[in-house]
Amino acid sequence: MTAVIPSVRPAAPSSPDSSSTVDPAHHASALPVSFRALRRTFGTGNAAHTVLRDIDFDVRRGEVLAILGPSGCGKSTLLRAAAGLDAPSAGSVDIDGTPVQGIDSRCAFAFQEPRLLPWHTLQANVAIGLPKGTSAKQGKSKVGRLLELVGLDKFAKHRPREVSGGMAQRASLARALARNPGVLLLDEPFGALDALTRIKMQDLLLDVHAAEPTTVLLVTHDVDEALQLADRIIVLGKETGKEHDGATIVRTVDVPGDRPRNRGSVELARMRSSLLASLGVDGH
Amino acid sequence: MTHIGNPGATGNSVIATSKEGLEATGVTITTAGAAQPGPAGPSQDRSPANGWSPAGVLDHGWARLFLGLLIPAALIAAWQWSTSVGLFSVVQLPPPAMVFEAAADLIQRGELATHVAISTQRVLIGFAGGAALGLAFGALVGLSRWADVLLAPMIGALRAVPSLAWVPLLILWMKIGEDSKVTLILIGAFFPVFTTVSLALRHVDRNLVEAGRAFGLKGLKLLTTVQLPAVVPSVFSGLRLALAQAWLFLVAAELIASSMGLGFLLTDSQNNGRTDRLLLAIVLLAVIGKITDALLGVAEKWAVKRWA
Ligand SMILES: Nc1ncnc2c1ncn2[C@@H]1O[C@H](COP(=O)(O)OP(=O)(O)O)[C@@H](O)[C@H]1O
Ligand SMILES: [Mg+2]
Repeated sequence: MTAVIPSVRPAAPSSPDSSSTVDPAHHASALPVSFRALRRTFGTGNAAHTVLRDIDFDVRRGEVLAILGPSGCGKSTLLRAAAGLDAPSAGSVDIDGTPVQGIDSRCAFAFQEPRLLPWHTLQANVAIGLPKGTSAKQGKSKVGRLLELVGLDKFAKHRPREVSGGMAQRASLARALARNPGVLLLDEPFGALDALTRIKMQDLLLDVHAAEPTTVLLVTHDVDEALQLADRIIVLGKETGKEHDGATIVRTVDVPGDRPRNRGSVELARMRSSLLASLGVDGH
Repeated sequence: MTHIGNPGATGNSVIATSKEGLEATGVTITTAGAAQPGPAGPSQDRSPANGWSPAGVLDHGWARLFLGLLIPAALIAAWQWSTSVGLFSVVQLPPPAMVFEAAADLIQRGELATHVAISTQRVLIGFAGGAALGLAFGALVGLSRWADVLLAPMIGALRAVPSLAWVPLLILWMKIGEDSKVTLILIGAFFPVFTTVSLALRHVDRNLVEAGRAFGLKGLKLLTTVQLPAVVPSVFSGLRLALAQAWLFLVAAELIASSMGLGFLLTDSQNNGRTDRLLLAIVLLAVIGKITDALLGVAEKWAVKRWA
C-alpha cells in the first residue's frame, strides 16, 4: 500500500462530517472486553487439540484492537468466543463486567465471508442487523443511510448474487453496523476487497468509529491495515518451546499517533518490519 | 462509489456461499443461476452455440409441449391401427373411438365429472394434510437431534408399510367414508415431504445459520428467516413426489371400497367387462396427474427463483 496524504480529520468521538450516521434512538456506548484465562480445545482424548490458551487481555472501552497472527492460529475462534458463538473450554470473556454466555446481543459480527441470505435483497440483509425493537420507519431510514455509507445505495434492491463479492462484503459490514453494537467484531472484513475499496472501507470504519463510539476487535492478516486502524495490536502465535500448545498473545504493541495516520511515516515503517518479523516474515 | 466493485476477482465468495447452500439441500436444478452471476439467462447453459442449434428448439415452451405430445400421439395411432387390423378383440382392447364414446356417454350422464371431482378432491385434501404434517415433522426431525433420535426410526419403519396394508385398518377405524380414503392419501403424501425436508434442513449452510444466530435470530424466527427459505427448492421436490404418491394411494383407496371416483370407475368397469371405461379411467388418471404435477411445477419454478 502506498503513502496517502493524511487529511485533517479529527478522531475525536464527535466528528461533524459523519454525524449523520448516528442514530440517537439506538445508541449503545462502547463496552470494555476482558479475556480471562481463555482456552479453547477442540476434540477430546487423543484427538484433542488446543487452539488457544492463556488468553488474558483487556480491551478498553472504545478502543480499536487489531488481532494479527498466522492463518489457522485461532483468530476467528477468539472473536467467536467474544460473540458467544463458541464457548471457551476454560476461562471466560467478560463484556462490561458480565460474562458472555451464548449469543451476545451487545456484539455485532462481520464474518470473513459475507454470509448474506441469498433470497433477500441487500437492503433486507442489512435490516437483519437492526437491534430488536427498532421501529419499521427508523429501521428503513437507518438501512438506507448505511447502504449509502458503504456505497451500495444504488444496489439496495439487488440480491447478493447479483453483486460482486466485494460489494457483498460491504453489505455484510453494513449489517454489523446496523446493530449499533457495544462491541464490533470484524473478522478480516476487508480481506476480499481490492486495494482501493479497502482503503475507502478502512476510512469509513474510522469515520463510523469516530461518530459512534464502539469497541472494535479487528482480525486482519494485513499489518498495514492494523497499523492504520488500531490503537493497539496483539499478535497471536505459539511461544517458542511450547509449539504443541495452542496459540496465545505473544506480543502487544501500542500504535502511536492519532488517526488517520501517515502511511509513509518512519515510525510506522519500523513497527511494520518488527511486526512482520513476529509473524515470521522478514521485514523489508 | 459503484466503480470500486471488483466482480472478476472477488465475485466468487458470495456465489460459492449460495451455491454451497443449494447443493447442500440436495437440489441441482437451480445451480444454473448460481454458477453464472450477472444477467446470463438460464436458457444459455444448455445450448452453448449462439443462434440456431438443434438443442435451441428445446428452450421454447410451445415446441417442448408439441414434442412431448409426439409419443402419446404415436401411441394412439398404433392403438388405432392394432384395433382396426383386428390384433385384439374389442374386450381386450377397444379402439380409441369407443373410449371416446364412453367418455361422452359418462359426461352426458353427469357421472364423469363426479368421478373426477371426487377423486381430485380426495387427492388435494390428503395431499395438503400429508404435506403439512410432513413439513412439520420434517422440520422437527431435521432441526432437533432429540427428535431425530426419538422419531426417525419409528417414522422410517412406518414408511416401509405398503399402502394396501393400511386399508383394512383404516376401514375398521373410520368406516368406508371419506375419512379413511383421505387418511390413506395423507399417509402417502406425508413420507416424501417428511424425508426431503428433514434431510435438507440438516444440510442448510451452517455459515448462514450461524450468521442468523449471531444477529439474534433463534427458534421459529430462525426457522422462517434462514432455514426454511434455504430448503424451499427441496420442499418443492418433496411436494411433487408427494403429489404423485397421493394419486397412487388414491387408486388404492378407491379400488377397495367406494362408490365414486376414478378408482371406483376402474373396478366397476372391470366387473362389468367395460374395457372402454377402464381405459378411460387410466387415461384420465394419467392426464389429471400430469396436469396437477405441471401446476405444482410452475409454482416450484417461481419459488426457486424467488428463494434460491
Ligand atoms: N469447530 C471446530 N472444530 C474443530 N476445529 C476447529 C473448529 N473451529 C476451528 N478449528 C480449528 O481451530 C484452528 C484455528 O481456526 P481459526 O480460528 O479459524 O483460525 P484463524 O481465524 O486464525 O485462521 C484451526 O486449526 C481449525 O482447524
Ligand atoms: Mg479466520
